[in-house]
Order: sequence, then structure tokens, then C-alpha cells
Amino acid sequence: LNQQISTLVIGEHEGGAVKAPTLSAVEAAKYLGEGNSVSVLLAGTGSSLQDAAEHAASCHPSISQVIVADSDHFVHHLAEPWARLVQLVQQREGYSHIVTVSNSFGKNVLPRAAALLDVSPITDVVSISGPNQFVRPIYAGNALSTVRYTGNSPCLLSVRSTSFPEPTVAADFRAEKAPISQVDLSAFDEDSIRKSRYVKLTSQETERPDLGNAKVVVTGGRALKSAENFKMIEKLAEKLGAAVGATRAAVDAGFVPNDLQVGQTGKIVAPELYLAFGVSGAIQHVAGMRDSKVIVAVNKDSDAPIFKVADYGLVGDLFEVIPELLEKLPEK
Amino acid sequence: MKIMVAVKRVIDYAVKIRVKADKSGVETQNVKMSMNPFCEIALEEALRIKEAGLASEVVAVTMGPKQSIDTLRTGLAMGADRGIHVEATGDLFPLAVAKLFKALVEIEKPGLIILGKQAIDNDCNQTGQMVAGLLGWPQGTFASKVVLDKEKQEVMVDREVDGGLETVCLNLPAVITTDLRLNQPRYATLPNIMKAKSKPVKKYTPEELNVATKSDLEVVEVTEPPKRKAGVLVSSVDELIDKLKNEAHVI
Repeated sequence: LNQQISTLVIGEHEGGAVKAPTLSAVEAAKYLGEGNSVSVLLAGTGSSLQDAAEHAASCHPSISQVIVADSDHFVHHLAEPWARLVQLVQQREGYSHIVTVSNSFGKNVLPRAAALLDVSPITDVVSISGPNQFVRPIYAGNALSTVRYTGNSPCLLSVRSTSFPEPTVAADFRAEKAPISQVDLSAFDEDSIRKSRYVKLTSQETERPDLGNAKVVVTGGRALKSAENFKMIEKLAEKLGAAVGATRAAVDAGFVPNDLQVGQTGKIVAPELYLAFGVSGAIQHVAGMRDSKVIVAVNKDSDAPIFKVADYGLVGDLFEVIPELLEKLPEK
Repeated sequence: MKIMVAVKRVIDYAVKIRVKADKSGVETQNVKMSMNPFCEIALEEALRIKEAGLASEVVAVTMGPKQSIDTLRTGLAMGADRGIHVEATGDLFPLAVAKLFKALVEIEKPGLIILGKQAIDNDCNQTGQMVAGLLGWPQGTFASKVVLDKEKQEVMVDREVDGGLETVCLNLPAVITTDLRLNQPRYATLPNIMKAKSKPVKKYTPEELNVATKSDLEVVEVTEPPKRKAGVLVSSVDELIDKLKNEAHVI
């Protein structure tokens, strides 16, 4: 690829500000090459969109342009209008790269957009070594595949936000405000956007930090035995200012909702501290937390595979250990 | 209505994989192979829809080398009516698979396509979305519940997303990808395994379907992830707290 690198980041916003994952994608874009000009695409409607655009325009030194698509079509993040929007913007602007984060939004939209653009996307990238070479985990992270993109522009990729953490920005940092432009959607009315509609989102209100970027995560497995017992995990998480996670078994058993699942097909986390209680350590769960800095495991079974990946293991009964921890841990 | 289901032959989920010494890939010789767990769930859902009287036929589709037929036979044993095997050697990346699917859709004209959300070998989570994009059909990915309304020609899909459960309503024809909690797949019973032997399987090659499989991606190497330093066992909560505070400095 001899052309000038330019990147479109497919952004997300909430409450009038750009969301953290979008900044991970912007960070990742830096690794694509020198002189990469990054544009952030935001879509939605109303004042919260315009506020988010203002925020995006001055929140990160790498962002040189903000592009705004204002329409009801984009309010609920449906893949069909979003993929079409990405295709439209790409056809007009011709970026060399299009980047998103591999959260449920990015996973849903990026491959569809890639198909519309007739290119192969590279998803769930953990390392970027230039404009066309990427590393991604396969087999639940038990192997790493280095892949080279040999096609024409654009190169589409999604990155793991845990591999590209947002930088801490200096307190006195002031970016030059990037220009904000509006996407002309007059030609947008496409057949495929009328074929799907959003009905509702069922989510649990919680005061716990977001699992995806919490510094500490406390996870419970099926050994907790009930949703009622899971409250112990929540109490410990509260004491540690942590997010709550769960294994697939705990979610399947109905102890906690699906968005707490950590694993190969759930959320990937990489906190400073990961505490696993009553978790056996199946390959598929480990896939979701193996990049944690410090892993603690508490399990009654000394043969549990989790002890192979833990930095500190305690063979014991979580129903005794958790109350003792609650009693003895220093106040946050 | 006809339902097409994608089934992929992958290394069994319980196998501890080994990376080849020459870094060309993961060892698959003499390794247990199975139907991708998400594909089993996809097929199970299609069979339930048919058993509810909402579909007339379930066609299982696999793409890959000769041995992929095993997975197709398992699908037929579970209850699929017919099989299609697109025989292709060499790497088949998701974009090629999606294009092959589109070619088959033009022949078979299904009203619904169900795929697993991801294959547990490459963990891509792309094919279903790409098939939907190429066809211009709506997509319901990461489905944990599927409710078909034949009258309205719509399907309601609950999707497992980062924030919880999202419900979308899609016009048929549509593409759905399955998540783990959608259903518990059935086992193939012995009588069904016997019956499966006489169910028809149609073979195609990519050339016959007019699809070029040469990819814009190439695998440079496959390596092992960095190994973690070995951990220690502590003997009490006091010792654990001490280590976390004074050794690891995380509390």
C-alpha cells in the first residue's frame, strides 16, 4: 500500500460524549502508520449527537475530522443502515483503513460493511504491525494468527479494546478543534434499511463499573449455586470498586444476566486484578480473561484448571473465603 | 419455507490444540473433529421451526475438503432433510464462504438462513453478517431467542449484546446467527444416523458456482500466545491479601 494512510473510525456516543471504545479504535489507528489522519464517524440524531461531535472534535490529538450522520435510521445501531452508511462514506471519501472496536456493535456492523465493499475484514485484532499486518487470536486465544491484508483499499479491521487502551491525556492538553462535517444522506433511502426494526433493550441497572474496562473484576462460577448467593460476589465487587463477571455456566443457570459473561464468546477483559470464585477454568472462560495482569483463583478443587493460569491460588470454600475477604480487605 | 443452515467441521471444543512447529497452523492430523457447537445450535433451531410447522425443509450446507462430509452426515442424522457440500481444498475465508452461500441461495431460494455466530477455530464471527450484506437481507446476530411469525412474514430475534438483551424484528427472508443460549441441540439417535445414509447430498465446486475463492488475506504465521509466569498457591486469606497488597500491589 503506497498511498497515504487515512482512517475512518466508526464511533459510538452516549449522553453527548464519545464512548471509551471509540478512543481505543483511535489509539489503534496510530499503529497503522505515520501521518495517519483519523476521521471519526458518529451517527444518530438530536442534540446528543451534536454534543458528541463537539466532544469528539477536541478529545484526542489524533482526530483530525468528525463526520456526522444525522438521521433516525441510526438511533438504534441496526446493522443494515450502519453498514450502508459506512459504504456510502467510504465511496465518497476513499479511506485506506476503516477501524472499529470489536464490541457487539462493531462485530455486528463491520463484516456486513466489508461485504458491501467486497473486502475481507480482519476482526478482533490484538496487535498491529503496520498498514497491512495484524495479529488476531484463534482457537479461544490458544493460538495467535498473523494475517496480511493483500487487497485494495479499504482495509477493514476491528480491534480488541483491551489491547489498545485509551491513553491518559495530560491535564493541560488542548487539541485544536477538528472540523465537523455533515454526511449528505439525501441518496440514503435504501431498500435494506426498511427490513429491520428495533423493538427494545432489556438491561440491568447497576452501579458497578463497566465490565469491559474495569480495573478490577470479580467473577463467580456455577459453584455459587444460586442468584441469591451471587450477591456475595456483588458485595465483594462493591468493596473493591470492581465490576462483576460470570462464567457461561453461571449465566446458563440463570444466576446473572448474559452481559456479565466473560469468555471466548462473551466479553474479553484484561483488568489489573481478576478474582475468580468457584470457576473451574475451562478453555472457553480463560480465553476471556487470560490477559489480566493478576489472576486470583479460589476453588475447592485443587485440580481445577484455573490454578494453572492463576498467579495466586487458594484451595478453599468460597462460602468461607468471601466473607473472610469482606472482613479483612482494607477499605477502598 | 425452506431453511438453509451452515455447518462447519472444526477441531472439537474440548481438545487442547497444538501449534505446529513450523508455525504454518494448528495441528489437525489425528485430532478429534466435530460439528462447530454454534452450528449444532443453528441446525437445532431450524429443526424446531420445521417441527412447529413453520418450514417445509431444512437444508444443511457445508464447505470444505472431502472430510467435511462427516459433519454434513451428522447434520442429516440430527434431522436435516438434504445436504449440500461445496467441496473446496485450501483456505476458505469468510468472504468466499459468504459468496458461495449467495450463489446457493440463488439456486435454493430459502426463506431463512441460520448460521452459528462464530466457528471456534478461527473465532471470526463474520460469515453470517457477510451473507446478509451480500444478499441485502436483514440480520439478527447473536440470537438467544427466535420467534417466527409466518402470517406477518417476520421474525423476532432477541440478541445477546454488551448491554443486555436487544430485541429486533426482521422481515423475511433474513439471516440469523446463533448464540450459545438459543437452545440445547439434540443428539442424533441411532435410527436417524442409519436414515441419514440415504438422504441426498448434492456436491458443488466453487467453479461450478462461479465464485473465485482466492483471498485478499494470507496467513503469515500461527504462533503460541505468550506464556504466563507460573503462579503460587497461598494457604490462607491473610496470605492472599498480603501478597495482593505487598507483592502484586493491586490492592
